[in-house]
Amino acid sequence: MPRNRTARTAVLGVNVRRPAAGQSTSRSGTALRRRVVVGVLVVLSLALLTLSFRETNGGPVTTVQNAGAAALRPFEVAATRVARPFHDAYSWFDGLLHARSDQKKLRAENEQLRQLLLQNQFAANEAKQLKALLAFKEGPTFPGDFNPIAASVISRPAGAFAQAIVVSAGTADGVEVNAPVVTGDGLIGLVTRVTGHASRVTLLTDQESAVSALDAKTDAAGVVGHGSGLASTLELDRVTKDKRVLVGDTIVTAGWRSAKLSSLYPKGIPIGTVTSVGQTDTDLYKQVQVQPFADFSSLDAVIVLVRKTGPGR
Amino acid sequence: MNAAARMAVLVAVAAIVQVSIFAPVGIAGGSVDVLLVTIVCLALVRGAVAGAVAGFAGGLLVDTATLGTLGVTALLLTVAGYWAGRYGETTGRGRAYAVPLTIAVITVLVTLGGLGLHYMLGETVSAHRTLATVLPAVLLNLLASWPVNRLCRALLRSRAANPQPTEVQLHV
Repeated sequence: MPRNRTARTAVLGVNVRRPAAGQSTSRSGTALRRRVVVGVLVVLSLALLTLSFRETNGGPVTTVQNAGAAALRPFEVAATRVARPFHDAYSWFDGLLHARSDQKKLRAENEQLRQLLLQNQFAANEAKQLKALLAFKEGPTFPGDFNPIAASVISRPAGAFAQAIVVSAGTADGVEVNAPVVTGDGLIGLVTRVTGHASRVTLLTDQESAVSALDAKTDAAGVVGHGSGLASTLELDRVTKDKRVLVGDTIVTAGWRSAKLSSLYPKGIPIGTVTSVGQTDTDLYKQVQVQPFADFSSLDAVIVLVRKTGPGR
Repeated sequence: MNAAARMAVLVAVAAIVQVSIFAPVGIAGGSVDVLLVTIVCLALVRGAVAGAVAGFAGGLLVDTATLGTLGVTALLLTVAGYWAGRYGETTGRGRAYAVPLTIAVITVLVTLGGLGLHYMLGETVSAHRTLATVLPAVLLNLLASWPVNRLCRALLRSRAANPQPTEVQLHV
């Protein structure tokens, strides 16, 4: 078929010529437009990425983003409310499936806790008297020195890159950066960014999260961070081999305090239970796997802890 | 409502639904990315330019709503939308397997691209954890692709997207 005949005209059997120059210009014009559009969008994305990454809190890009987030918030809340009945129904059936085994486990735990409560009451009274005698000064304690601010989870980044959530409480509610965030089960993370009515909480399962923690039973201290296995498991690192950590022990926040500095997390927030302890001859520290108390995959509502006296004071 | 407005509404709804409803729901270690599926289906129907623009807008909405670094998701979805659109305009045109194939490939590429981008930004990301979510994410996205593709075609299919000749011009 000659180059200047289209397939259609060839099929039609008509000896006609197509306007080669005109069509070619149109096609190259479309290709150019396409490349320009995608080029502009990629450059714009890179520019936004650079500005957003380099900018500190309070810059123009952050301000615009905060305004955008505030505008999107009602839609997110509406979407969450629409999905709530389905989510609740799923949770109800899921709970029903595990109800029998949970009941058995909780009964045994209740017996154990009742005995512990009595022992702890005696110990607490004794500790109070001893502290008064020594004029002992300690860091902020949980929950007495904190104001709890309840917030619902309004969004979550897609993908496995960022282990974070956005909650519906911001500076207007008294939330500050570095405020610890908990659920009824235990610690879940730290506020890393605040806007007027929303905050970004980086979860404990994020690669960049770390909390100084200790074994509530043996006082073995370490740092809890993300585990190397599943996304929901944590690891208690930096526990020297001479310390004792047993499977089933509870890990809580250490809440250390030195002359001027103190931990961002108050002492005594439950984190999780030790599921495995291992050590090798070559490693300096024990390998302790921790199963968190909080279920990071189904966070609906959280409590942001704001210090009554203000942070750093 | 014209096609551009319908496309804008579709992308905005997909972005909101993604961050509010689907992202927190983990199934078998992965989660469905409705926005990515929507961008791919939309790009296959409307072409590369529409795909790139929708990807940029959707990504920007997600970055804004999640208070993340602006431009990360926008960049990934712009490239994803463009590539899907080009495939739809060329090799994938009229092929029955174009949608599942594009979604599977783009889910893998976007995950790898995201991993690389976060590394370049100096953020610590576990490659092991991220790659462990790829297979369930591909399967979930493929499941979501059927209704999303039907919706996109119903809303956006127009004569402009699939031009049918109305006349034959003869030049003698």
